[in-house]
Amino acid sequence: MSTTETQKIEELANKEYKYGFVTEVEEDRLPKGLNEEIIRQISAKKEEPEWMTEWRLKAFRHWLTMEEPKWPNVKYPPIDYQDISYYSAPKKKPKYNSLDEVDPAIRETYNKLGIPLEEQMMLAGVAVDAVFDSVSVATTFKDKLKELGIIFCSMSEAIKEHPDLVKKYLGSVVPYTDNFFATLNSAVFSDGSFVYVPKGVRCPMELSTYFRINASETGQFERTLIIADEGSYVSYLEGCTAPMRDENQLHAAVVELVALDNATIKYSTVQNWYPGDKEGKGGIYNFVTKRGACRGVNSKISWTQVETGSAITWKYPSCILQGDNSIGEFYSVAVTNNYQQADTGTKMIHIGKNTKSTIVSKGISAGRSNNSYRGLVKITKKAENARNFSQCDSLLIGDKCGAHTFPYLEINNSTAQVEHEATTSKIGEDQIFYLNQRGISTEDAVNLIVNGYVKEVLAELPMEFAVEAQKLLSISLEGSVG
Amino acid sequence: MLLEIKNLHARIDGNEILKGIDLQVNAGEVHAIMGPNGSGKSTLASVLAGREEYEVTQGEIWYNGKNLLELSPEDRAREGLFLAFQYPIEIPGVSNTNLLKTAVNEIRKYRGEEELDAMEFLELLKEKSKLVELDHKFLSRSVNEGFSGGEKKRNEIFQMAVLNPKLAILDETDSGLDIDALRIVANGVNKLRSKDNAIIVVTHYQRLLNYIVPDFVHVLYNGRIVKSGGKELALELEEKGYDWIKNDKSEVTV
Repeated sequence: MSTTETQKIEELANKEYKYGFVTEVEEDRLPKGLNEEIIRQISAKKEEPEWMTEWRLKAFRHWLTMEEPKWPNVKYPPIDYQDISYYSAPKKKPKYNSLDEVDPAIRETYNKLGIPLEEQMMLAGVAVDAVFDSVSVATTFKDKLKELGIIFCSMSEAIKEHPDLVKKYLGSVVPYTDNFFATLNSAVFSDGSFVYVPKGVRCPMELSTYFRINASETGQFERTLIIADEGSYVSYLEGCTAPMRDENQLHAAVVELVALDNATIKYSTVQNWYPGDKEGKGGIYNFVTKRGACRGVNSKISWTQVETGSAITWKYPSCILQGDNSIGEFYSVAVTNNYQQADTGTKMIHIGKNTKSTIVSKGISAGRSNNSYRGLVKITKKAENARNFSQCDSLLIGDKCGAHTFPYLEINNSTAQVEHEATTSKIGEDQIFYLNQRGISTEDAVNLIVNGYVKEVLAELPMEFAVEAQKLLSISLEGSVG
Repeated sequence: MLLEIKNLHARIDGNEILKGIDLQVNAGEVHAIMGPNGSGKSTLASVLAGREEYEVTQGEIWYNGKNLLELSPEDRAREGLFLAFQYPIEIPGVSNTNLLKTAVNEIRKYRGEEELDAMEFLELLKEKSKLVELDHKFLSRSVNEGFSGGEKKRNEIFQMAVLNPKLAILDETDSGLDIDALRIVANGVNKLRSKDNAIIVVTHYQRLLNYIVPDFVHVLYNGRIVKSGGKELALELEEKGYDWIKNDKSEVTV
């Protein structure tokens, strides 16, 4: 590439984070540090029952025996886990009957993010369980869902109101011993969403949560649990933006999905945590454990993610295909720019007979970033006639970035059919010039090529989310805003 | 005058390729630029379109009253300059329709015209695809991906038809075409000829000029136009070969 062209592309790739602002809300937070007393305090603040406190403590004691994983293809300075405050909530925790009662500063934040709750309620038919820092402050559409017997509430509320379901399923997909970050989350998780869709119910609207990290130096430890009972269907959307910050913010969420017989869960994410500045300073560390269990026959779990943010992403939404004929899907677009690092992919564990999985991963690297796909397809001994198709593509913009693919295959049954395709391409000067010659600016040309490259994945997103994702992609890679 | 090139010198990687080109093109005219390999034909086409690897070291180019060298490649296109590439580029994932829709609307925006709506645009595509006998299925396929050499060239002329340029430069559009494809492409180009636009046909061989009959023929050799004439010059070249020019040239300079 000629230097001017490279410069131009780099310029476009280097725009400011659009959502950098901080809301001033009085906070109630615990002192920095992590010990059994802190965990008891978190549990007490959330008015949790004894069994929950004990579960947290068990996780914490186990965590003390664990070491931070070193295998991901990412680099960051050591994290001092005693230098983090593990709980913060807006003060004077009120109970809201309507949006008018919500703190105006919080509502202003939503408006800046372009999430007018009322409009969403009216127009989009999306029920929003908005998580502001660690405590849910607004929940909508509850009555409509209640009619159908669907439970959609914060995890804190579920622990109080639906202890049997929580006890039965919490940690059943991601056990508290699972991995360093998931175990930490089990000990200190703040809040998150809980969904239960009863037998035979098709959830009529997309359920959605907007996460937002706001308190400086406060790790966010979301915990989400979604259970789709026999013959049910639910589509869940998770999207987030975070304000500009200098300190690194640790985010270690856990998401567990359970699909019983003939149930389907579709989980879509658009992730836009603050990625750090152009020099790689600041930004969110996003160490997430997401896993779904297709426990029943003919069940299906589909993950779709568009990842544009975070300084470091460490995330492998996975499916455990236990039920016969169950289906796991993973569609991913991961964009890294500047000094961002991403090590992301999926695990498909085939256990039941005739299980099928599909993996479509599209990595885009720009600037000096590093983008790794890491995926495991495991066919266990008893998984007769398992099938997998994997496609892992990488797109490079500029010549200082990196793309890596680490596909792992473990096949223990000879009836398995596994296909893997991988490509690496680069947005070339020739392509840009060709499009320039047709009257298209370099910025629009990059946009056109990137959108073409990711369209397979975006097609899996619900319509309004796909539009948002497309916007995010162009903001992440190009100069034009909006 | 639509295009005026004065004493144009250009180089790439330190090598001077164009060593003083003078050319004048009026609306309504078709000019053929012929010459042996390495004479600078494609360099001239690239410099006109604004490829950045080529450095203009001397001379001027005036296009439609504007200093062409001050315009970015996209603005040149928006001003109505079109280059049919010798080697059309593949763009996976971007459909022909999508590319053209973006291009047409960018050009219209630049000119202060309203963007075409989807129906008007599809109508335009349908009409123009007939010009080059392009099958409808090509519209939804990724730009040039998996196209044969002939299909790529036809696609270039199709794009030209849709974008309706004031000045079209066809860079070796005949290379890699069989006789049927050549006829189709040439027919398409002929239908686009009008008193308002001009075409520069860059070619190595005379055969394309049997179909696209030029008003003027220029012979480029060693970075300079060494001979200009009417359409009969092309036939003479065909008959005598480029050695005629080379020898002729050496006689002059010795």
